Amino acid sequence: MSLVTTLYVGLFYLATLVLVVGLTLRIVKYAKTPAPLKIPTMPAPLTEAGVARRMFREVVFFESLFRASKWTWIFGWLFHFGLLLVLLRHLRYFTEPVWFWVNWIQPFGKYAAFAMLAGLLGLWARRFLVDRVRYISTPSDHLMLALLVGIALSGLGMAYLVHTDIVAVKGFFLGLMYFSPQPLPADPLLLVHLGLVVALMLVFPFSKLLHAPGVFFSPTRNQNDNSRERRHIAGWAEQLEAGER
Amino acid sequence: MADFDVPELKEYPIIPKLKEGTMAHSAPYIAASKFQEPLGFPGELVDNWKEVAIDKMGDLLGKYRSLQVFLDSCVHCGACTDKCHYYLGTSDPKNMPVARQELLRKVYRRYFTFAGKYFPKLVGATDLTEDVLDDWYSYFHQCSQCRRCSVFCPYGIDTAEISMAAREIMDAVGKGQKYCNEIIAKVFVIGNNLGLPEPALADTLEGLEEDIEEDTGVKVRLPLDEKGADILLVTPSADFFAEPHVDGLMGYAKVFHEAGVSWTISSKASEAANFGMFIGSYENMRKIALRIREAALELGVKRIVFGECGHAWRVAYSFLNTLAGPFDFLDPRYPVPQHICEFTYDLIQENKLRFNKSENDHMRVTFHDSCNVARASGMGKMEGGQFIIPREVIKASCNHFFDMEPDSIHDSTFCCGGGGGLLTDDLMELRVKGALPRMEALKRVVEENGVTNLAAICAICKSQFAKVLPYYGFTMDQIVSVHQLVSSAIVLKGSEQEAELDGKTE
Repeated sequence: MSLVTTLYVGLFYLATLVLVVGLTLRIVKYAKTPAPLKIPTMPAPLTEAGVARRMFREVVFFESLFRASKWTWIFGWLFHFGLLLVLLRHLRYFTEPVWFWVNWIQPFGKYAAFAMLAGLLGLWARRFLVDRVRYISTPSDHLMLALLVGIALSGLGMAYLVHTDIVAVKGFFLGLMYFSPQPLPADPLLLVHLGLVVALMLVFPFSKLLHAPGVFFSPTRNQNDNSRERRHIAGWAEQLEAGER
Repeated sequence: MADFDVPELKEYPIIPKLKEGTMAHSAPYIAASKFQEPLGFPGELVDNWKEVAIDKMGDLLGKYRSLQVFLDSCVHCGACTDKCHYYLGTSDPKNMPVARQELLRKVYRRYFTFAGKYFPKLVGATDLTEDVLDDWYSYFHQCSQCRRCSVFCPYGIDTAEISMAAREIMDAVGKGQKYCNEIIAKVFVIGNNLGLPEPALADTLEGLEEDIEEDTGVKVRLPLDEKGADILLVTPSADFFAEPHVDGLMGYAKVFHEAGVSWTISSKASEAANFGMFIGSYENMRKIALRIREAALELGVKRIVFGECGHAWRVAYSFLNTLAGPFDFLDPRYPVPQHICEFTYDLIQENKLRFNKSENDHMRVTFHDSCNVARASGMGKMEGGQFIIPREVIKASCNHFFDMEPDSIHDSTFCCGGGGGLLTDDLMELRVKGALPRMEALKRVVEENGVTNLAAICAICKSQFAKVLPYYGFTMDQIVSVHQLVSSAIVLKGSEQEAELDGKTE
């Protein structure tokens, strides 16, 4: 096995471990931290089913962002749904035989990369052009965009300019999944692409990318409006009451 | 009139360009030890305040999922940056919700996250220093906890939660705000925010009974501490003496009278307001809320009804059951608690009230949705009832009603500029500037629809508008209570007004 293959095998195992463990720990933390008071942003759905619908609209359509800023919404939505399609398309490199629906989205997935890139560039432009957004941008905000743009560009480069041995790449990932490492083609563009993906996986649990699990735990969005009917007492608040008696 | 520039009302709202530091000087008076200690806070800034602050932050992160998730989730997308009335009115970038949150978040990152511990510059993490604490004190007292930002945030991040946590941390290190903490101490000692003792309250209510009888010829009672009454009315203490609040109180009394229910005010819980919420203190909020439970038990009432007060209604609607429940000793047929607007609305629906709307014909009215009612509580058993019910009450009592611009009402409503524990003279500049977006929306309906009056159901909004309207070329009496409109238009059975009306129609 070449040095490059060994390095990338190690990196992908490490990155997967960090991503899964880091994210799990974070999600457990969110789930375990009590929400002692009902604070949904009103008007809120009266029922749990209504909350599920509200969350669906938020996660799929970015409902609140749509109300807030049409430009940010269009760029953000292009990026996220471009990314989703691209990720789903990439499942073909991890499944054998390839799931039938992954084949269906293959043609859309290829163009989705352009949507993703356009969205990212639009969001990045806002960080320079809108004075309010410029003021709140940190170096990590720019780096995160650079990372994602790098992933998109290197991927597009391989899809349209300098092809890599995609069959071998698939062999590499299937090998990773079945713990029998296979050689990785040492094409520069591929190594850049995969290196950046590893970096993204590594920073995910430690960065603002936590907005992905965070939105599901956001009390202003995931609570229903029934505070007059049901008490909503947290464990520590019960202890506080018990201490008074 | 003012030692600062009052913003100009523009034809159309414009998002201002950033002007750094324009409000850095704004800070309320710091609470003296006599106002800190009754609340369980240190009297002055403790020596090891940094450790205490970080410990407190850790404590709150473990207690409030909102804080933990909100501090992690922001991506700096900028959706909230033009949503805060204080930013729109002051142009100070630290009044953009995300920038305000960042004041706390950068310290959270430094002490509680891997990235902030090892790569602080990269993620904008900083040590907790005296300058940071001063910034906290200034800018977390430039947030009225109105939650407008949370409506527009794609993750629902609510700056109110962040500013409550920040204020709690500052209280824990001994740097509390005088206005809020003095008032809470007063509630504990006397029973209401204004420090109005029982005999004065009794006198006031008697005076109001006389006024109503003089106006209508009907003996409408305003009972105090009457055991066995059906309903306990809990209302902001401003209702007991200040204009236009007191006209609203007379309105509630007339509605109760017409409904034929027995009711009472309690001298023990003679205050609906709960400033414990503003300072983010669960313990203090609970202690204040428990007075209402105790009063209800002592008086043996069957129902609790709240008067017109915005944040009090949030605590009542969203928190009271949790803080001071269960209320299984009350009549289960009614929600606990009810809002006076719900009570009046139900009677209107049942055709049990008679109105002579022309009594309010000298007014063309618009309605200011108070933030804590609009975005933090509800009314009726319907989504958005808090927007419908007060408007229906207004429309039942006057002929001319006009709404303001859609992006300034309902859940997009702009704060009056004085909520969240900022209704104090030492923050006058902030209050005036923060009222700008509401004043612009008001100006449009004044010009387009000839609106003469702004109705509200919040004691803080009413007091704030009475004070800031004149800065913008309006007059202080243009703010009215919703139940003031009810009070003027309601036709009591056996009243002079009824005789006059029926004499005319017969």
